[in-house]
Parts: sequence; C-alpha cells; structure tokens
Amino acid sequence: MPPSERSGGPTSAAGAAGFASLGDATTSQAAFRDELFARGLLIESGVPGLYGRGALFEEIRARFDALVDAAAAVDQPELMRFPPLLPREQLESSGYLHSFPHLAGSVFAFAGSEADALAQEERAARHEDWSEHQQMTDLALVPAACYPVYPAIASRGPLPASGVVVDAGAAWVFRHEPSHDPARMQCFHQREIVRIGSPSEVLEWRDQWSQRGLALLRGLGLAAERANAADPFFGRGGRMLAANQRQQELKFELLVPLGGEEATAVTSFNYHQEHFAHRHQLLLADGTTAHTACLGFGQERIVLALLFAHGFEPASWPAEVRSRLWGS
Amino acid sequence: MLSTQQIGEIRQVIAEHGRLSSDIEALTDETDLFSAGMTSHASVNVLLALEAAFDVEFPDRMLKRSVFESIDAIAAAIAELTEANATV
Repeated sequence: MPPSERSGGPTSAAGAAGFASLGDATTSQAAFRDELFARGLLIESGVPGLYGRGALFEEIRARFDALVDAAAAVDQPELMRFPPLLPREQLESSGYLHSFPHLAGSVFAFAGSEADALAQEERAARHEDWSEHQQMTDLALVPAACYPVYPAIASRGPLPASGVVVDAGAAWVFRHEPSHDPARMQCFHQREIVRIGSPSEVLEWRDQWSQRGLALLRGLGLAAERANAADPFFGRGGRMLAANQRQQELKFELLVPLGGEEATAVTSFNYHQEHFAHRHQLLLADGTTAHTACLGFGQERIVLALLFAHGFEPASWPAEVRSRLWGS
Repeated sequence: MLSTQQIGEIRQVIAEHGRLSSDIEALTDETDLFSAGMTSHASVNVLLALEAAFDVEFPDRMLKRSVFESIDAIAAAIAELTEANATV
C-alpha cells in the first residue's frame, strides 16, 4: 500500500522539517498526544512521530489484529512475513522513488579507516553532521508492507489459476514525515493483505474488502466513512498522479474522527492496475500481465481512534466494543 | 496554433518519455496515448520534459489526464501556454 500508500498513511506531504518548526498538530491533537504520553500509552522519544508503545496500547493493537485475522480467513490467504528492511534494489525497481521521494528512507553505514571512525565519533558526540563517513548499503526501509510481496510472488513464475491472496501481517513501515500529530507517525504497523490476479478478480476483492473493513470499524463503535482518495505523491507531477488516481477511483480510504479538523484515514484499499505487476514481471497463468490491489489497516491510527472515541480506559468502553475485541 | 516543427518536438518528447508500447510514428495526433501504453507515471515525465522543451509551466488546472491523452490535446495546452507568454 503506497502509501496510504496514505492512505493508511500520510495525507499531505511534509518536508524535512525540524521538531521546532512543526506547527501541524491542532490543539486537540496536541492535547490528545500529551494525554497518551502521560498515561504511558505512547512513550515519547524526543523525535516527532517516533514513539514507544505501552502494554495497553499493544494489547488493543493485538486484539484488533486478531479481528483482521478472522475477517481475512474467508480468503484463505498465504501468510508471509518480512523484516522492516527490504533490498534497496527492490525499492529502486518499485517506482517509490518516483512517486514518494520525500517519504523514503535508506540505510547508510560507516565505511572508513580508524581515523575516520574517530572523526565520526567526535562529531556524533557533539550531535553534528557525521554523514560524510557513511556509505549507502544494500538496504532500504520498508515504505509499505506489501512492497516485499510482489517480488517474492514474481520469483515463483506465473501465478496459479485465480491468482493469490497474501497476508503480509502487521509489518513495521517507515515514512519520513515528522509531525506532532500523534496519528502521523514516522514508523508504524500496517496490516496489509495483497491480491494478485486478473483485473476482475482484483477489483471484486477490493470492493468486498472495503465493505468488510467498514463493517469491522463500525462494529467497534467508530464512525467510519468511505471516501475516494489519493496518495501524497511528490511535487507538481504528483498532483497529476493524484488527480488521475481520484478520477480512475483507484484508491478508497476509511476515515474516522481523530481530533483533526478533518477525519483521518485509518484504512486504505488500493488498486494498482498493472503498476507493480509490470515492474516485477507478475504474470497470470496465461502469460498476460497480472493486476494487483492491496488493503492496509493503519493499526496505530485504529488504536488511537478507539481511544479517542471511547476514552482512555478500555474497562469503561461500550460492552459491545469490549465484547468484539476481548470476547467477553 | 503550433507549427509543424513544434508538433514534431512534442512527438519527440513523447517518444523519449512516454514509454509507449508502439512506435510514435504509427500514432496519429488523435491517438489515445494512455491506450498506446503511456502510464500515469510516464505522463509525469512527459509533463516535465514538455515544460523544459517549451519553457512553460503547466498550471494546476492542466495537471490532469485529459490534457495528456493525445498529441492534439497536448498541442492545445502548449499553444495556450505559449500564447499566454507571448502576450505578457
């Protein structure tokens, strides 16, 4: 899911802003974030958008994840799990650097002599720029949980008849967009499921899931609404990509109130047409190019939406919501 | 109206950046470029290359699929932008 992907992810493109200059959170969002810190639900790190999670936060996230497991069972998905890093070459082949160069992260590591190491440490100890001692590695940060899935499936050769459904689990993903809005994290869990098949199979799956996702969120007492959406593509060319995406109805989001002036996207459904299949040579059984779609639940946003809607004490949440999450 | 040479420049940009599945020479000025294999991402590259070639900037209202759907549509947009420049 590009993002979404935001989209389960970003809805505006933040630059490389520093902590002090981030005036992007509403008063209500800032108050909500401070309460999350005070209660130990989120753990402050000093970097906006990078937080630890407390036990209760993680429990709610795990309970929600189990509901997605149950909702996905009908698809009989193949499980795949990937680390939060992917081969840099896969990122380079995916088109991400064309669409979202401002959100991507790549891994650099030290390369040099003992003297270089000493110079690096001295600068680092003063918190100055030590990047000149770093060189690019073969690794990049996973920008969306579905990215490692496409090359993995393509490596098997043509798809079986009726294609595949892959459950990529709740994977850590990275977006470089520092923000004081607690719902806009730089590192978070996306629960993604991917469908690869013929255009009609993929579209039917996406539309079924947008209904399923809406029912799932509304069943948890969230005032979720479905909306046509676009990814936060980079630059002026990106505005054209976003307009195309909206016009062709390639992306839908489920939006819930989360303290902002507008509702926040917590789930997205993305139809990529041939984009990923073309780049990774994903072929149907008959040798023609496959189509792909993915859905992504932004898990932290969903936990935040539950806390925002029902309060900070799950013991006092509505019985129906508790019952769905905890089974009692 | 653009000159034949200017239309030729548009064709050259599309040939270099449009990633068409067929030869540009085989296309008429009315052919749907998206049907001819140009992706949305390739159309962004065409946009940026046209801006460089004709020294214009497409305004937001023109950043949409229909403006890039054929050589005729692109020529109409370039004509509007270059005429606007000429009157300033």
